[in-house]
Amino acid sequence: MELSTSILLTIALAPLVGCLLAGFFGQVIGRAGAHSVTILGLVIACGLSFYVLYQLTVGGAPVYNHNLYTWFEIGRYTANVGFLIDRLTAMMMVVVTFVSLLVHIYTIGYMAEDPGYQRFFSYISLFTFSMLMLVMSNNFMQLFFGWEAVGLVSYLLIGFWYKRPTAIFANLKAFLVNRVGDFGFLLGIAAVLYFLGTLDYATAFASSDSLIGKTLQITQNTHWDAATVICILLFIGAMGKSAQVPLHVWLPDSMEGPTPISALIHAATMVTAGIFMVARMSPIFELSETALSFVMIIGATGALFTGLIGIVQNDIKRVVAYSTLSQLGYMTVALGVSAYSGAVFHLMTHAFFKALLFLGAGSVIIAMHHEQDMRYMGGLRKYMPVTWITMWIGSLALCGVPFFSGFYSKDAIIEAVGESHRWGANYAYFCVMAGAFVTALYTFRQMYLTFHGKERFTVVHDHGHGHDEHHHDSHKDDHGHHDAGIMHETPKESPWVVTLPLVLLAIPSLLVGFFAIEPMLYQGWFGSAIQVHEANNVLGELAREFHGSVAMALHGFTQLPFWLVAAAFAIQTYIYLFNPAVAGRIKNALKPIYNVLNHKYWFDAVYYIVFARGGIALGRALWKGGDAAVIDGALINGSAGLVERIASGARRLQSGYLYHYAFAMILGLILLLGGYWLVGQ
Amino acid sequence: MFNHLLSLLIWLPIVGAVPVLLAGSGRPNVARWLALLVAVITFVVSLYLLPQYNAADGAKQLVESHLWIASLGVHYSLAVDGISVALILLTSFVGILVIVGAWEVIQVNPHQYMAAMLVLEGLMIGVFCATDALLFYVFFEAMLIPMFILIGVWGGPRRVYATLKFFIYTFFGSIFMLVGLIYLYLKAGTFDLQTLATLPLTMKEQTWLFFAFLIAFAVKVPMVPVHTWLPDAHVEAPTGGSVVLAAVMLKIGGYGFLRFSLPITPDAADAYAWVVIGLSLIAVVYIGYIALVQEDMKKLVAYSSVAHMGFVTLGIFIAFMLVRHADNLDAAKLGMQGAMVQMISHGFVSGAMFSCIGVLYDRLHTRQIKDYGGVINVMPWFGFFYVLFAMANSGLPGTSGFVGEFQVILASFQANPWIALFAAFTLIIGAAYTLYMVKRVLWGDITNPHVAEMKDINGREWLVLGAFAAAVLVLGIWPQPLIHLMDASVSQLVTQLGNHKI
Repeated sequence: MELSTSILLTIALAPLVGCLLAGFFGQVIGRAGAHSVTILGLVIACGLSFYVLYQLTVGGAPVYNHNLYTWFEIGRYTANVGFLIDRLTAMMMVVVTFVSLLVHIYTIGYMAEDPGYQRFFSYISLFTFSMLMLVMSNNFMQLFFGWEAVGLVSYLLIGFWYKRPTAIFANLKAFLVNRVGDFGFLLGIAAVLYFLGTLDYATAFASSDSLIGKTLQITQNTHWDAATVICILLFIGAMGKSAQVPLHVWLPDSMEGPTPISALIHAATMVTAGIFMVARMSPIFELSETALSFVMIIGATGALFTGLIGIVQNDIKRVVAYSTLSQLGYMTVALGVSAYSGAVFHLMTHAFFKALLFLGAGSVIIAMHHEQDMRYMGGLRKYMPVTWITMWIGSLALCGVPFFSGFYSKDAIIEAVGESHRWGANYAYFCVMAGAFVTALYTFRQMYLTFHGKERFTVVHDHGHGHDEHHHDSHKDDHGHHDAGIMHETPKESPWVVTLPLVLLAIPSLLVGFFAIEPMLYQGWFGSAIQVHEANNVLGELAREFHGSVAMALHGFTQLPFWLVAAAFAIQTYIYLFNPAVAGRIKNALKPIYNVLNHKYWFDAVYYIVFARGGIALGRALWKGGDAAVIDGALINGSAGLVERIASGARRLQSGYLYHYAFAMILGLILLLGGYWLVGQ
Repeated sequence: MFNHLLSLLIWLPIVGAVPVLLAGSGRPNVARWLALLVAVITFVVSLYLLPQYNAADGAKQLVESHLWIASLGVHYSLAVDGISVALILLTSFVGILVIVGAWEVIQVNPHQYMAAMLVLEGLMIGVFCATDALLFYVFFEAMLIPMFILIGVWGGPRRVYATLKFFIYTFFGSIFMLVGLIYLYLKAGTFDLQTLATLPLTMKEQTWLFFAFLIAFAVKVPMVPVHTWLPDAHVEAPTGGSVVLAAVMLKIGGYGFLRFSLPITPDAADAYAWVVIGLSLIAVVYIGYIALVQEDMKKLVAYSSVAHMGFVTLGIFIAFMLVRHADNLDAAKLGMQGAMVQMISHGFVSGAMFSCIGVLYDRLHTRQIKDYGGVINVMPWFGFFYVLFAMANSGLPGTSGFVGEFQVILASFQANPWIALFAAFTLIIGAAYTLYMVKRVLWGDITNPHVAEMKDINGREWLVLGAFAAAVLVLGIWPQPLIHLMDASVSQLVTQLGNHKI
């Protein structure tokens, strides 16, 4: 049965309606009204998304690809708004709406005391709408619309607590760094139109083979391969949105936003838009070996080196943020070795376990009254068992322990990289392998510092103190004004609206990999949505060695990645449970390395000096030097001044004194007569 | 239908200004309501253009022609094509909003202010309708007078410097055009634009004429390096003056290129297209950096206007490269359409930005960015509009600001990827200067105690900003109706570009 347009429209628009109601009528419908309408919108969108997925898989519905309306039509160039719904889209829709729904519910608890409650619900619903437009698009124009719209919402949400200087710095930074990526992305779209003559996916992919042999003239004697140019430009967009090195700098700072959006936008969905995009463009990317190598190396670098930074972070959210950067690197590596399904599979499992970890971290933050520094936590497991257990599930999934869903997706990526013979694959293999060890290091460190060991905070009961009740109402900046390590009441487990999403996310974190790996990776579940050339088909190689999920997990126990995780577990257990002093000694012994990591390889500092300060300085120089001095100073006012000088010189002749004029007449007469006389001679 | 619709559109606001003026300073409310009535009627009449105009036919329609100055063969001749219709609609739309926007803001002689606005509106519509070069020139110059008065009387402290600079600058430019027109008249014996378009001219003649027109229109657009009058004029102009200036008057420069440079001097325009394209790209990058460091909000938006208008001139002249050298008519249409959409969109976006600054100025009487900060705390509705328009100014898809730039960048890539690269730089720098301003004005905690006393926008201001917002969003979400309106005319124009005169 054909998918129905009205159902698809309802999926996309239900969150938008919720957003508008909560945003414009928030004062009228109140807090409960705002969360009710937006959650209702999400329930509809999520339910119908599952239904669409069901129809496509079990119901045997064909791929849906229709335009809704013409955005512009100029000669042979058209841009439409329309939907392309295949299994890749449907999977993304389910992930987006499911995680978004849980985050909506979670927000009821997390933002309970926030004055911007309605606004927050409006934003996250707007985000869901934008993200759905992005994934459901059937053309490049609408893709770019969704792409930028999620960027807008990200901007609004990072700066949600707009009184904090750090938040409004971070949101501007995020938007501008993303714009650098979008700059490449837009040029990529222009290149697609130039070479393929269309903005429509289906038409472009159908004729993508025509790119072979075409080149783009860069200078008189330089010609670049068309497919490589397109792919690298498009991938620059992905580097911005999916925070790949060197455009990754905005993501850690985005943690200034409230935790629910860190989970939804900056971990589970928006940042994976780049991964989705490249997977969607697989027919084009397959044409360029160079571009794929580039993708792989960028991804591998991120996977290892951003993970390393995670080891030295003390802010519980920042650890998860760097972990996200590293995991996005894994997905990108998978794209680079043509294992697109592997990347999307990891995208899905990661969405569940990383949203879980973020929401868990948020739950801890609620319990700690907005203390985010892990040095003042410890021993929380007895106060908040649900958060503790679910976060362990998420952590083990993240580390890739066999049978957890992260194991299936991550191990598949590592093995796929091992199979690849692409230029740079050895480097990538080293990075993803070492990355597994690093992942386990920061993850176990985080779990131990937060939930285990001794309590590093003291509880001082003074109930008259109103400080914490109004922490968001920050005429005082709530963040830095905490007395570190002093709590005013005992930490306790978060309310059910917070823990329920944790449990609901823990289930897929545990199970989805086990059930989904075989169809998704090895049985061509995505159908024609993802196209891989036979020679590049590393997942096809792996399929031959695959003998079921159980066998794969059991085999996993004998493999290097698992032993690396086990080693990391042993090291961190020793350090943080038995001998905490070792941590400080290691830090001192490896001071230079620690410095490099603590300064995040100086990316942020250099960018700030070169681009922010440099841009302002350049602007000032151009303004004062170009506009003010040359154009206005010398040319405009200069010529006006010249006219004035000539005029005032000429005015002096008109003195009004009769004897001046008489004198001039006599002088003129003498000159004239003298002249005649001279000529006459 | 009687065939004086265009005359009606021109003269209705001009004649309507008389009773407004007669209402006198003693009855300001009578003057206001009368002015609003006239503006609304003009807008309704301009809407009536839509069913009258046949968009499928790109030729000039609704023709009116009367002999005006017999000895010179000057005709009072009017006609419109799709591009003119779009610009007339923009003018009459903005015409209402500036009247409403000035309602109680202008306290000194509001009747004169309103009358000047109406006269200005009529003259601008005249520019878009004229098909006789001398008639065009008369409207083109006459327009300066009400604007001169608006800035000179209701302007800020340095208004005299600004008005003089504005007047002399633009007048200086148009003198060259007049010389060019006289030369053409001596050669062809007529000022009829259609005839002039078919007049054979040598390359040398075309080159001289092209640069004469270029100077006139480059000042108006304004293009780098003759843009420096704009920031000064904007800073001193009252809000309404800025809105009209940015929203409509600048478009007349772009429109002039279409009506004069392209059809009359096509070969010279092609030969020197690189000059205009180069200056347009400089406008995007160089002006972008200058906008980044402005401390006065109006100056910032004025510079941003220069950068955005760069897309108009780029889109128009990239069409030459595509028609004549890449043989890609459709891409040329894409670029030209992009330029036209950008004109309309910039009308909405810049008008809205200046209106927003007006709202702030009315409350705090300063335009310095540093005097603000944390405005969102006291003015959430204002913040909503301000962010929306800032995003439109940054070219966010879904707003009108994206459409034209997107089309021009796509078309530029077809001509030369390097041009597209520089043009696309607006994505970064445009967002940087706009959002950096938003950060310092809107976000943050309140530091200036006067900001804490600011009241959120009232119903009248809501109406103005809401109307702009609706226009920005509708055009951003569904640009096709506008594109369809202009499509046939743009096609015809682009096809003409291929006609060699030598």
